[in-house]
Amino acid sequence: MTMRRNLLASLFGLACTLAAPQILANPYEHKLANGLSVIVKEDRRAPTAVHMVWYRAGSMDESNGTTGVAHVLEHMMFKGTPKVGPGEFNRLVAAAGGRDNAFTSRDYTAYFQQVPKEKLEEMMALEADRMRHLNLSADEFAQEIKVVMEERRLRTDDQPQARLFEAMNAAAFQTHPYRRPIIGWMSDLENMTVQDARDWYERWYVPNNAYVVIVGDVDHQAVFRAAEKTYGALKARPLPVRKPQDEPAQAGSRRLTVKAPAELPVLIMGYRAPVLRDVDKDVDPYALEMLGSVLAGHGAARFSKHLVREQRLAVSASADYDASARGPGMFYLIGTPSQGKTVAEMEAGLRAEIARIQEEGVSTEELERAKSQLVASEVYKLDSMFAQAMEIGQLEAVGLPYRQGERIIEKLQAVTAEQVRDVARRYFVDDSLTVGVLDPQPLSAAPRRAAAPIRH
Amino acid sequence: MDKMKQKLLLALSLFAVIQFAQAGVRIDHWQAPSGARVYFVESRALPIVDVQVDFTAGAAQDPADKAGLAQLTRGLMDLGAGGMDENEVAMKLADLGARLGGGADTDRASVSLRTLAMPEKRTAAFAILRAVLAEPRFDEAVFERERTRTVAALRESLTRPETIASRAFWAALYGDHPYGRQPTVDSLGQLAIDDLRSFHAARYTARSAVVTIVGALSRAEAEALAQQLTEALPAGELPAPIAAATLPQGGELRLPHPAAQAHIQVGLPALKRGDPDFYALMVGNYSLGGGGFVSRLMKEVRDKRGFAYSVYSYFAPMKEAGPFQIGLQTKREQAKDALKVARDELQRFLAEGPSADELRAAKANIVGSFPLRLDSNRKILDNVAAIAFYGLPLDYLDTYAANVQKVTAAEVRAAFARHVKPEHLVTVVVAGD
Repeated sequence: MTMRRNLLASLFGLACTLAAPQILANPYEHKLANGLSVIVKEDRRAPTAVHMVWYRAGSMDESNGTTGVAHVLEHMMFKGTPKVGPGEFNRLVAAAGGRDNAFTSRDYTAYFQQVPKEKLEEMMALEADRMRHLNLSADEFAQEIKVVMEERRLRTDDQPQARLFEAMNAAAFQTHPYRRPIIGWMSDLENMTVQDARDWYERWYVPNNAYVVIVGDVDHQAVFRAAEKTYGALKARPLPVRKPQDEPAQAGSRRLTVKAPAELPVLIMGYRAPVLRDVDKDVDPYALEMLGSVLAGHGAARFSKHLVREQRLAVSASADYDASARGPGMFYLIGTPSQGKTVAEMEAGLRAEIARIQEEGVSTEELERAKSQLVASEVYKLDSMFAQAMEIGQLEAVGLPYRQGERIIEKLQAVTAEQVRDVARRYFVDDSLTVGVLDPQPLSAAPRRAAAPIRH
Repeated sequence: MDKMKQKLLLALSLFAVIQFAQAGVRIDHWQAPSGARVYFVESRALPIVDVQVDFTAGAAQDPADKAGLAQLTRGLMDLGAGGMDENEVAMKLADLGARLGGGADTDRASVSLRTLAMPEKRTAAFAILRAVLAEPRFDEAVFERERTRTVAALRESLTRPETIASRAFWAALYGDHPYGRQPTVDSLGQLAIDDLRSFHAARYTARSAVVTIVGALSRAEAEALAQQLTEALPAGELPAPIAAATLPQGGELRLPHPAAQAHIQVGLPALKRGDPDFYALMVGNYSLGGGGFVSRLMKEVRDKRGFAYSVYSYFAPMKEAGPFQIGLQTKREQAKDALKVARDELQRFLAEGPSADELRAAKANIVGSFPLRLDSNRKILDNVAAIAFYGLPLDYLDTYAANVQKVTAAEVRAAFARHVKPEHLVTVVVAGD
């Protein structure tokens, strides 16, 4: 510890007096008797705090016919308990000088408030209250389901690229629930009942299926005491068994087209890829992350340099891979061809980039550049309490202990050029490829309503 | 892994526990020998330096027949500068882990840099920023390519209902005023590389440069940096102020689109930066449609009727009168009903102003949430850069809470009556039945 401190001081000329045990412990964790974990990261830069409650239930835990219920319930969580009336939750947070919202993903549902630090305990009491005591009235549901349908129209039905991604997922995954959109199919929203929301709430909203993440200018001991007082009163309950619903290996490429009012076509090539399960033993997810950075992680990466700037084949080209997920992974290549270039030429261009890496590998210089990006991002992330809380929460959500965060960075730093070429060879194969194309339609010729669910 | 990175990674885990309480923001202000105005906030908690250099070089400076010039000029500055071609700029930045950002909005063009604070990183990053500011290459081939990409993006955006609505709204509000100018395929086609070069030479001048620095530097280092970044710029003249915006004739514009949702915007030119009514309008708007989930518009349009996912109102103060705007999206079949609810709420608010409870709640939130506006270097940079560019008082952040607390319900009503005149309200509906 002493070594670290000297190093720090010499690096940045900072004078700091740190108690060694603190360095080891921050973030701090405390598990309540009801199974709820509370993770606290002290960050004293400003007198504020982020409070997040994460539930281990996302759209992947839904069933056909009630897709979107995880997200609908997220909306209903603001509609009142016996103690806190409809809309009161937002009013109380606002009165405390706070901001709040929530988000639903395939893997989890999370709620957060950003508040002046002295209001933290009040937020904990509010979240603990709605964790087990939600009203879920039929009247409130009837209004809110309309809001959710408007949200679907806004974010999916009228967004050509979102519709393409939705169709891609439904084609790339045939068994695993990742095939369903988080917001749900419109037909399921139209037929959803308040009972569906109640069932979901009863099944998953229990302290032993949740954890709390707090980052800010707080004392962890005081936070743990507050957690005992608020969340500690809630009873645990057995959770349903989760079935794996594994996606079988893909045997042959798939292709699909989505027509929508737009000007430019979009091409997405999605390859099945592994995700991180064992931080120490896994190799491939780290190599795939670095490959993503070499291809499209920054302004000097290959796609921008070759496809956009040199060949002028694409208006834009990007890659997207996320190594952390509860379900199966995908490595996406996305391109919008320049005017006068076809989707087929775009696909050939993306394929040529992959082939080059499969044959020639990547240079040491490129890999070092990717690692520099990674290191800088880690530092920049510390400028945001919210980003730090998100990182802890997301690792936990996919079953990776948050304390492994640093180890993950070390493993990424250790990736070799040979490993990058190796994953490019093994995962970028046609048999596990799904290709999606947005076929742009003139505004006047498009169907008057674009709200119909996409079918294949 | 090289040694430097190893050290840095080790050091990382420590920063989170360093206890630097931040009591308010101390802004140092001076003028560099180059003539640039400089604003500096020293912040040692993280090994980061943020720099932003702003110029009066936004879209409002476009000549009438050359809309899009400001945006394209700013876009090309990163793409080749000094001794570096576009790939070298990108590569050097990536090697340093530095991020170059910015862009051109209506009033302002910004070039920003975030870099690690260690001397061997920051020195190289600052040199790139200096070159981007003072010596952009404006290469002909890069220009042709970027113009083609800009046209492609414009054509794509013109198929989107939100873009169609927003362009129609600004055109209706501002007409021939510089704020009404918007790039078209034609106007972009008229541009030549020399237009960019002249625009850069005339607008990116030391005299109009506003440098904001936040991070782990000393005052002396910040002084040297500000001079280094601006000394190679031409001294130049301050741009002539733009004309005042005249109020449009009110009315409703309906545009067809096949989307499932109608996009609705209602508003008018309303507020200049530095206007004494600023606090009354902001506090009042919190209750009308600015206060997230607790505003009247949210309650009436979303909570009670399920008409929309997103509904809001805001004032966007600018150098000249920026817009007041109400916006929402709703299923096209109910566009008229939703618009009526929003209009009724506005009318009621104009007539009655906020209730005592609403005023209290608005102040509690705006004052109470003040620390959240300054709890990262990035947020401090954004706030201080706005103070700097718009010439707001240096004690703006210190007096903010007191100014909010002073607002009365009568002042809110009077300020709204002065700035939101119903006969001048423009309504745009795209894709409504």
